[in-house]
Amino acid sequence: MPLDNIVFWVFAPISIASAIGMLLVRNAIHAALFLVVNFFCLAVFFLLLDAPFLFAVQIIVYAGAIMVLFLFVIMLLGVDSNVPVRERLVVQRPLAFVLGAAFIVELFLAIRAGVGLSTKAPAVFTANEGGNTQAVAKVLFTQYFFPFEVTSILLLVAAIAVMVLAHRRARAVTQAEIDAAADDEADAELPAYDAGAAS
Amino acid sequence: MRTPVAYYLIVSGILFMLGTIGVLTRKNALLIFMSVELQLNAVNLSLVAFSRLHDDLTGQVLAFFSMVVAAAEVVVGLAIIVAIYRRRRSVDVDDVRELRW
Repeated sequence: MPLDNIVFWVFAPISIASAIGMLLVRNAIHAALFLVVNFFCLAVFFLLLDAPFLFAVQIIVYAGAIMVLFLFVIMLLGVDSNVPVRERLVVQRPLAFVLGAAFIVELFLAIRAGVGLSTKAPAVFTANEGGNTQAVAKVLFTQYFFPFEVTSILLLVAAIAVMVLAHRRARAVTQAEIDAAADDEADAELPAYDAGAAS
Repeated sequence: MRTPVAYYLIVSGILFMLGTIGVLTRKNALLIFMSVELQLNAVNLSLVAFSRLHDDLTGQVLAFFSMVVAAAEVVVGLAIIVAIYRRRRSVDVDDVRELRW
């Protein structure tokens, strides 16, 4: 049994099991950790499919940046608040599983008709000549140069949008509130001072 | 490269289906969002598998673009979820229904 076959049969069940685990757990943190496992399995698949550049990008961008962002937001919002209180999806839940099963059967038939269940990729990936990263860069910076530049604008717009969304606008503070705050401070200090003097 | 490409495609399809089920059945906006990420990743896997099958790097480039777009999407989506949480103290999607009908 060749090595890549063994690796595939080790990681395919792990990836599917972690996806199922993500669906079943209630805690958002646990779901995020299952998702990290799934991302790592997909990175291994990319390696098996002769895409080492995407393997690195998958680990850095998905398992690194995106999951850190997810965990950060989960922590920011508080873990306890993420438990759903009401469950009103009585009809939709079984329906979703039925439709999912139908989808997978349909997909199986489509793959069997379209690709063939035992079709193997060519033994040598000739497009990878001279290194995968170099080959991807060549395609990216010649044939797909314009989409690449548009992507940079997209990232810029996303960064600005996040700053606008996450920015907490400073509220105008009235003089009455400043006076009230000063009074509170004075009230708070006085008993503490007395208590210190008494003891 | 002895594993048939169809196996990767089937794994990709199963992951996509699980992501869809997650989007359809979860009520927590964060978990819905994670399921969307799962779907995006499943599609990336099938793109790379087809790239290998047809001996063409376009699939890998497309998967790369989809990762970039997913990163931007995650950033904006999480910012929106944080903004909703600040306003309503809840990330339940049922609480956000002003634009529903």
